[in-house]
Amino acid sequence: MNVFALIPAVLTVAFAASALPAAAQQKLLPAQSSIAFEIKQMGVPVQGHFKTFDAQVNFDAAKLAASKVTFTVDIASATLGAPEMDAELPKATWFDTAKFPQARFTSTAFKALGAGKYEVAGKLAIKGQSRDVTVPLAMSQNGATTTATGVLPIKRLSFRIGEGDWADTSMLADDVQVRFKLDLTGIPKLP
Amino acid sequence: MTPALSDDVAPPQRYSTVAIVLHWLLALVIVAMFGVGVYMTDLPFSPLRLKLYNWHKWAGIIILALTVLRLLWRVTHRPPALPRAIRQAMPEWQMQAYHATHHVMYALFFAVPLAGWAYSSAAGFPIVLFGQIPLPDLLAANKELAELIKPLHELTALALMALAGLHIAAAFKHHLVDRDGLLSRMLPARS
Repeated sequence: MNVFALIPAVLTVAFAASALPAAAQQKLLPAQSSIAFEIKQMGVPVQGHFKTFDAQVNFDAAKLAASKVTFTVDIASATLGAPEMDAELPKATWFDTAKFPQARFTSTAFKALGAGKYEVAGKLAIKGQSRDVTVPLAMSQNGATTTATGVLPIKRLSFRIGEGDWADTSMLADDVQVRFKLDLTGIPKLP
Repeated sequence: MTPALSDDVAPPQRYSTVAIVLHWLLALVIVAMFGVGVYMTDLPFSPLRLKLYNWHKWAGIIILALTVLRLLWRVTHRPPALPRAIRQAMPEWQMQAYHATHHVMYALFFAVPLAGWAYSSAAGFPIVLFGQIPLPDLLAANKELAELIKPLHELTALALMALAGLHIAAAFKHHLVDRDGLLSRMLPARS
């Protein structure tokens, strides 16, 4: 790799860091946050959630171009609330957590839609598959806490979740709703 | 109860066609679902297990609906009276057993599917009929309660099968030992 090619990236990071002095204090509060998912099996909604996740957040509504979020989810922390199903999730057919312990969302662009609504474009990587997604975000502030909520619809098969016999979508739907509520501190005041 | 005219010589009066169809249809579905129920619970987590559980639930709802129809039909259409010869040949305890068996079987036709529905609700899996029609939950999701209801579904189903066995044994006894033609009341008409 050409070392000089890295210079613009390094400068960008340095600039972003200096432009967002509050960035270092921005933090996710995992205990008050949740990431849940819902999928339908033969029409029956099944809910699950991830227990362990974290984020690096640099968000400023006034400087969206410099804002950046990296979100990581510990895949092995997934639970459907039923032990016999939870025992299946780490297997290669499903999440293959031994090979792919983390899912990651990396933002590439923020877009303000007004009234506290945003669209976050980025890359979502699960089970070694990286896909472009656009996450709808609704943000509100209450004191020092900023809450971001949204629902991201994804297709499980595009991430190879549920392979082989389980790829049959008449039995297990392709559509998965990922529902999140994230409490953050240190976010600059929203407009 | 008014015995049919000349019931000593004529073949016993038959049940109505609707009663006969409901009897055999429900006999078939109930016994089949008992078999499926026993089989599916021992299956490993698999698409087949998922399908059988859903089919079992849908069939249970159909059994419940047909049983409602059957009971309505039963109370609005008097079944044929026992032929006098058979009535006179039966000791009192048989008469009591005959009535008790039918009453308890009817109670179980309701109890077994209702317990299954309640179990599914409490376990957190609402029933979605044919994968399309969400049915209301009989109980709120509660794992502890689900574990209490599960044996209720199993035991009532076993009791129903035991009574059905008794019912079949009695029918065979009348048909093969007494040779009194009682079974012909519930068989399709011969032209």
